[in-house]
Amino acid sequence: MILSGHNLTIGYRDRVVGRGLDVALATGDVLALLGPNGGGKTTLLKTLLGLLAPQSGEVRLGDRRLASLTSRQRARLIAYVPQFHVATFAFTVEAVVLMGRTAHGNLFSRPSSADRAVAVCVLERFGIAHLRERPYTMISGGERQLVLLARALAQEPQFVVLDEPTASLDFGNQGKVLREIRALALSGHGVLFTTHDPNHAMRAADRAYLLRDGIRVGEGATGMILTKAQLERLYGTSVETVNDSTGRTAFLPG
Amino acid sequence: MAVAAAVLVAGLLLALMVGRYPISFAELFSAIAGKLTGHAPAVPSTIDNVVWQVRGPRVASAALVGAALAIAGTAFQGLFRNPLVSPDILGASSGAALGAVLGIYFSLGVFAIQALAFLGGLLAVAAVYAIGGAVRARDPILVLVLTGVVIGALLGAGVGMVKYLADPYGQLPAMTFWLLGSLASIGAADIAPLGIPVALGTLMLLALRWRLNVMSLPDEEAKALGLPTGPLRVAIIAAATLVTSASVATAGVIGWVGLVVPHIARTLVGPDFGRLIPATALLGGGFLLLIDTLARTVSAVEIPLGILTALVGTPFFIWLLASVSKTWS
Repeated sequence: MILSGHNLTIGYRDRVVGRGLDVALATGDVLALLGPNGGGKTTLLKTLLGLLAPQSGEVRLGDRRLASLTSRQRARLIAYVPQFHVATFAFTVEAVVLMGRTAHGNLFSRPSSADRAVAVCVLERFGIAHLRERPYTMISGGERQLVLLARALAQEPQFVVLDEPTASLDFGNQGKVLREIRALALSGHGVLFTTHDPNHAMRAADRAYLLRDGIRVGEGATGMILTKAQLERLYGTSVETVNDSTGRTAFLPG
Repeated sequence: MAVAAAVLVAGLLLALMVGRYPISFAELFSAIAGKLTGHAPAVPSTIDNVVWQVRGPRVASAALVGAALAIAGTAFQGLFRNPLVSPDILGASSGAALGAVLGIYFSLGVFAIQALAFLGGLLAVAAVYAIGGAVRARDPILVLVLTGVVIGALLGAGVGMVKYLADPYGQLPAMTFWLLGSLASIGAADIAPLGIPVALGTLMLLALRWRLNVMSLPDEEAKALGLPTGPLRVAIIAAATLVTSASVATAGVIGWVGLVVPHIARTLVGPDFGRLIPATALLGGGFLLLIDTLARTVSAVEIPLGILTALVGTPFFIWLLASVSKTWS
């Protein structure tokens, strides 16, 4: 299945953020969205999630228009992992993951034993089953990101869309989340994530999409598109390249 | 949950037994048994009268009002993602208060006053929702709450104006008494106009309680999880407003119940709305029964309910704040 945007004009009621955007993501593929702050990454993300209607153009999911799906149908195909999860109430980790099952019941149904089985299964996949009874507000930032990933997988979606999944995580947890993103692709999910670090795109993504001032300035396989010249143009700053003997590349800003 | 149910049962028994005419447990039991089996009760008719005619309606309405305010408070706290929200956040109480003082000002009958209070509550929330919806903003919830505050202040000014114009010897004391909240004048005829809207709203919130967890997340997350958040928000606000307006119309303005009881319930059963909603309904009923029993027994003159709930609620809330604030992050 392919999630795609065609000739999208994106933005809010009073403001156009981006124009002429085409983007496509297939299941089993990882796409990283890169670009400076205010360039339209989050707006494009929300448009592809169906949370924000495009001002023109259309988003398609397979052969159907995304706008023609109900929120329930959409949630069974695309899951969203938000950047900050502001928790007001100290729900248990299990309760948070069970919220991922919302679209699999009706408006009045309580979580079934099948829903609980799915929740246990995804918690085990991320190695956080021991946190099941813990209040979500009392666990670490890295654990919280994994809980949100577990909640997304509990939706049993085809696509997972993550908004800066590695921001505000420590070095170790960044690695963990990047590994899980690769694992999602291996299990057949299409993954779209935004990041501020081109190295994270190199590490976890198959392709990168470069967005600046609401315009696509480049797109392609990470190894091809993520170059010193492209990144200098994208961010408007000098970039240093580090190569190792196996031909792998890393970037240093400044 | 067992604790919440026990509080309600204890509240019910205590409220029926204690008073100017004390009734023993055995007498109460046979009065109830007599009614249930249809046989003539084995107790003097005075006791039968006190249980069924005098205390019965008051006890039933105290339980209903307490449950209604508590459940509405819980739903609003979830919906507005704020544990300090109470059922009158969208102006239900101030709208109902303006309706009631207008009814008293125009010397209408008791039922007309209650109907005006009920309508006032519903209209106030409808106006807040309409204005809040018309103002386009990124955070619809915040706009709604701020609109509620502003409209509530305006309605408060309206209440002040009517009190200022009222006859200071007859109407003003009646208004003051009503605004402080009381169940003293409840009769059997009040049960249906209170009970039917409360039952309707409560059933709706009970049915939607598992979705309240998701509705307490930021709007975009709830949408991405598959909920039609707009219509669902309207349904929850309508249900909570229905029960609040019916309570305020019958019993006057009783603060604190809708704020304090959800917190006590959260310490008992946790923040999951699936368990929290039924627990607050039980606990709210029991809490107001105990308060109302205090109100009519502690001194020769009845103490207004609104004053007692504040006296009990304030220190309790401060204690809660200090000891268990971790249960809501």
